[in-house]
Amino acid sequence: MSRAGAEAAGPLDGVRVVELASEHAAFAGKVLADLGAEVIVVEAPDGHATRWFEPFADDVPGAENSLWWWFYNAGKSSVAIDLDDASGVSRFRALVASSDVVLEGEAPGHLADRGLDYGDFEPVRPDLVWVSVTPFGRANPRAHEPATDLTVAANAGPAWSCGYDDHALPPVRPGGNQAYHTVCLWAVMGAMAALYARDTLGIGQHVDVSMHAASNVTTEAATYEWLVAHATVERQTFRHAAVRRTPDRIITAADGRHAIGALPRLTAEFRALADWLVELGLRDEFDEYFFLELGVERGGILLNEVDRDPLVAAIYRAGYDALRAVAAHLTAKEFFVGAQRRGLPAGVLMAPEDVIEDEHFVARGFPVEVHHDDRNRSFVYPGAPYHAPAAPWRVRGRAPHVGEHTAAVLDALGTESPRRSRAQ
Amino acid sequence: MRALSGIRICDFSGQLAGAGATRFLAAMGAEVIRIEDPVTEGYWDALRGVSPFVDERRGNDFGGPFNNHNVEKLGVTLNLRTERGRQLLRELVAVSDCVTENFAAGVLARLGFPYEELRTIKPDIVYVSNSGFGHAGPYRDFKTWGPIVQACCGLAFSTALAGELPAGIGYSYMDHQGGNLMAIAILAGLVHRNRTGEGQWIDMSCTDGGALLTGPALLDYTVNGRPLRRPGSPDSNRSESPVMAPHGIYPAAGDDNWIAIACRDDRDWRCLAGVVATDWAREPRWRTLPGRIDAMGELERLLAEWTGVRDRFDTAAALRAAGVPAAAVQRPSERIEDDPGTTEWGLWPTVTHTKMGVVRVDGLPLHFSKTDWVVERGAPCLGEHNDRVFGELLGHTDDELRRFREEGAL
Repeated sequence: MSRAGAEAAGPLDGVRVVELASEHAAFAGKVLADLGAEVIVVEAPDGHATRWFEPFADDVPGAENSLWWWFYNAGKSSVAIDLDDASGVSRFRALVASSDVVLEGEAPGHLADRGLDYGDFEPVRPDLVWVSVTPFGRANPRAHEPATDLTVAANAGPAWSCGYDDHALPPVRPGGNQAYHTVCLWAVMGAMAALYARDTLGIGQHVDVSMHAASNVTTEAATYEWLVAHATVERQTFRHAAVRRTPDRIITAADGRHAIGALPRLTAEFRALADWLVELGLRDEFDEYFFLELGVERGGILLNEVDRDPLVAAIYRAGYDALRAVAAHLTAKEFFVGAQRRGLPAGVLMAPEDVIEDEHFVARGFPVEVHHDDRNRSFVYPGAPYHAPAAPWRVRGRAPHVGEHTAAVLDALGTESPRRSRAQ
Repeated sequence: MRALSGIRICDFSGQLAGAGATRFLAAMGAEVIRIEDPVTEGYWDALRGVSPFVDERRGNDFGGPFNNHNVEKLGVTLNLRTERGRQLLRELVAVSDCVTENFAAGVLARLGFPYEELRTIKPDIVYVSNSGFGHAGPYRDFKTWGPIVQACCGLAFSTALAGELPAGIGYSYMDHQGGNLMAIAILAGLVHRNRTGEGQWIDMSCTDGGALLTGPALLDYTVNGRPLRRPGSPDSNRSESPVMAPHGIYPAAGDDNWIAIACRDDRDWRCLAGVVATDWAREPRWRTLPGRIDAMGELERLLAEWTGVRDRFDTAAALRAAGVPAAAVQRPSERIEDDPGTTEWGLWPTVTHTKMGVVRVDGLPLHFSKTDWVVERGAPCLGEHNDRVFGELLGHTDDELRRFREEGAL
């Protein structure tokens, strides 16, 4: 696939987003910036609190050193405004008046108290799209409860489904700020659908996004097992939470790292696994080799016969053991690639640092260099989830310093028309 | 008036990673026409026939997951092995804005409809493919499903307690988020087409999408050289970005009952200590973050002893009243039936399915003030809308439709 489009404008080129700096909505703003929108993050003159989130570049704490800030604010501009000050409020109003989208994660009521909420702008800017990202959503009886990524994951379903067979161990929060990432993709979907409606119907609107609701509808079977059958799933080590206990899945390879493999069912899968054992010289030491051959002779097995037919159960078990016997002689990565090349679905547990250096992700151009002119260095960032040559998703640049674009953005407000809308 | 009225999607996508994307678009008013294979009775999407079921009936129109993921869509059958089937698909593509699929890489091309062909039929078509590793790169032909994607993108590894195996994510998170990213890709393609008249092929890789979500942990490696795979790490009930302590999931009274507590700063600690109100909680050494980090094991043991004999909902409510983020780990029944945070949001709407009847499904976690979502119609039965789509939309007569069926095209 051609990478020639990498310099093309993004699909949201020309759309101005004013984002009030927040922990809740930062990732949504980052995605909108990657899609080509001009995202102006508004923060207090001494910088937003998330600039002090760990880790820091070179482990040196500082308002311009937070890697959290770098990742979630890449490609944005920063305008410093003191919203406790009357002239700051008027500058903020002018900035909003120049924008297509407002994105914020303020506590419900906070902006309304200052006369700076959607309802205050709607009469003069009926085409404005306003996206709120809060722990419970504004239209929610729990809207004022304090919450974090952890407490939402616990309360809204994800943690109930993650953890270990041993239930003396606590449920586990899914890694990587999952509750924030989930709600923020919904916020982007909401912003884009609202922009689409603005362009086609000529109307703006408020989009109220709930972190609690987003995690609640992101747990797959846990929810619909209850909705449809009033059944309750239980957490299980490295596999889907399920109503019934399933065979353990995680495989430890020769290098101590981990992999997973689908248990063979089809003729070709038993054949491939048997051949692989022979290739590795393991045929004689693998006691159940006969059952793999039987799996081939029988033309595969049906999973619903495993509980009924002891012979099928033995074949099924041999597949399970054979995957582990092979993995015990290979690195986890070799197991993964070898299995897939033989048509056996498998995965390897990569850490983030493994992914960014893996040949597949490198070949796709997933790691991207982002130049930091202030440090005269480039750093590798995660890139785009898809290739879209004509309107690419692309990290547009480093995160801004505190108030780096205040003068440029606010000075321009006096000279340009207050409404930049592209509404047709 | 719907936000996405007027958009028509010729949709091959299924399971959850694809179906989730077009589910959102359908709920927002797009006309999503789901195309399935009559020869295999639609079972490419295994969710058509799997549990949970509403009653004792079984078969490809009774799978609970399929109904959940395909609300508000139309369903047609097309046998693309026949020339008539291929001709009908060309007619449908010609009146569609977008073609979507999440087959393994290359499958739609082998069925005779690579992007080059789709573009010939409709020059400004937006084609969005979503596969585990994308259509380019050495792993392009590898087979995946949710757990493999999550393993290979860094997210499953990131979910663990210190010293234990990776716990993994107990659901296909990247099917959900892959669907969300695919929905963004579709809207991005349509916005670009509306502005420029230009279509394109958007090739999404679900593992790229997952790797994007490892965020700051990845930068800690590329900038500082600090891997996530190191002694004591990962430990995802702790919070390192930002650092908080105590921060974890602790036992509560009863069987498999737990409470999550996030102490964001020293102020939260003072409030928490005030609620706990024991001698150990008043010790000065806990008053600052470094003190709490230094003896984290001891602090968490003391806190767990305190929470372990108390009701999780009462404790969480008391802590929240003091301003400290805290929440019970809720079971599905509790968050679905008893939580006003979901019920009053309208998060569990009922749909009417032609054969299954009235069923509750997932709602959407966002509300639009003027053009909100609608989730009322259940998933389509196999070929349920053949007459509507091939007759009313494409203009074929009843006689022609009868002939198409006899030819095995539908």
